Amino acid sequence: MNSQRSSNVLKLQVSSMTERTEEIQKTVSEVYRAESRRVLATLIRLVGDFDLAEDALHDAFIAALQQWPKDGVPANPRAWLVSTGRFKAIDVIRRRARFDTSLSSIAEQIDTQANDPSLLDEAGVKDDQLKLIFTCCHPALPQDARMALTLREVCGLTTEEIARAFLTSPATLAQRIVRAKTKIREARIPYQVPSLSELPARLDTVLHVIYLMFNEGYSASSGDSLTRPDLSGEAIRLGRVLLELLPDPEVMGLLALMLLHESRRVARSTPTGELILLENQDRSKWNRNQIAEGSVLVERALSRQRSGKYALQAAIAAVHAQAPQPEDPDWAQIVGLYDLLLQEVPSPVVELNRAVAVAMRSGPAAGLNLIDQILDRGDLADYHLAHSARADLCRRLGRNKEAQISYERALALTELEPERRFLEQRIRELSR
Amino acid sequence: MKYLCLVYAQETKLANMDDAECQAYDDQLKKNGRCIASEALQSVETATTVRVREGKVSITDGPFAETKEQLAGFYLVDAADLNEAIDIAAKIPPAREGSIEVRPVRQLKGRQF
Repeated sequence: MNSQRSSNVLKLQVSSMTERTEEIQKTVSEVYRAESRRVLATLIRLVGDFDLAEDALHDAFIAALQQWPKDGVPANPRAWLVSTGRFKAIDVIRRRARFDTSLSSIAEQIDTQANDPSLLDEAGVKDDQLKLIFTCCHPALPQDARMALTLREVCGLTTEEIARAFLTSPATLAQRIVRAKTKIREARIPYQVPSLSELPARLDTVLHVIYLMFNEGYSASSGDSLTRPDLSGEAIRLGRVLLELLPDPEVMGLLALMLLHESRRVARSTPTGELILLENQDRSKWNRNQIAEGSVLVERALSRQRSGKYALQAAIAAVHAQAPQPEDPDWAQIVGLYDLLLQEVPSPVVELNRAVAVAMRSGPAAGLNLIDQILDRGDLADYHLAHSARADLCRRLGRNKEAQISYERALALTELEPERRFLEQRIRELSR
Repeated sequence: MKYLCLVYAQETKLANMDDAECQAYDDQLKKNGRCIASEALQSVETATTVRVREGKVSITDGPFAETKEQLAGFYLVDAADLNEAIDIAAKIPPAREGSIEVRPVRQLKGRQF
């Protein structure tokens, strides 16, 4: 009887411990999602090496999985992780120092930084994120490596996700990242925010990378879900930090652009993840605060001398957001803005968007003509949106056979499930 | 940290540059302790390329490869990091005509510093 009771108690304890462990594992993965990039940025500053910091980050989270179920979740998980990661890194350096004596002074140096109270304050941590961004976007790194490195280190995307965004293989991408890190280490690219005089020149690359990051979150490159709010939110957050640091019109423009896109997030897909086109969206679901904030930023950005590419794109998004009738924004104004944008960014993708606006202003035949010019040149052949836009215009012109072929081409080029379902539905409608 | 700043430029364009300006920058770098060694080179026409293949020394006239810009000189500098090295390189007068390749110096294995 007695033993039965005690075994029941034991069972109860075991089951509550398993529950507790599961709960803490959940907490650890939440903390990982929310804090791992910030912890990494600070660890890189403290240990002075990307790979060492990444290993330390990994070790710190393993330690959290082991210790938090026993000791409870610390009051400040981020500080705990930084401190644990730092100790792990010092251990690694000390072990290496047995073979290379020059390293022992580095371990001592990192060790003595431990008592510095500025180590973990909010401002310092923010600053570390900026340092990480500017280092990843250093002009001495090749352009494609800057983006890959930022997406990997700052956003924490996997090599596979980045590879898909770059339309390249994970192996190629991994090598690109390794080379970039080697250059940072061997050429000693400093871990710092550039001085005010250098800042504007270094900014454009950073803005480009942040915008890529936003898009990765807004329309993820693969998977079942169309959006990944964390990444877009992170990009907007970085945009705000940058704006604080440098009230440049293009930073305003980029932040406005991201906010205006973000305002439509809830409205652009159904609860089951189906894509809803702009003209069919329920505008009551648009986030008015984000539209208002974005619109104010656009006006501020456009009031400066020359409008940059982000300010112009934001202005286009603002015209859509402010249209009195959803299906009828001021298309002439939008085409005009695209004309200016093409001068800033002569790219086939901008041409494609302009062609769609021209179709809305002057009819589908005019737009189709422009899209065919782009495709005939050999541009955008692998870009699914070029083919789906073409298909849509053919459909409106009643050229159903051509429309079907273009929808099928678009379908073959996208891995995003909601887009695939949308395209498949259009194909079914046409073959009826 | 040591960086070698290699000065590449079209020789015809360099011929129009003022030696005194280059000398002045050189003096300035040596004075603030940034410059370890620096030299300008004779024209690439005076160059000789040496290779050893299967134990045999082969000697050819001229530079290794046909390029528009030639190696015209070098500065071995001491800088805190790449940003400082870039800053030094950007002020080398021929940077306005040609280009400066900034290369970190590699420690040979087994060498004590």
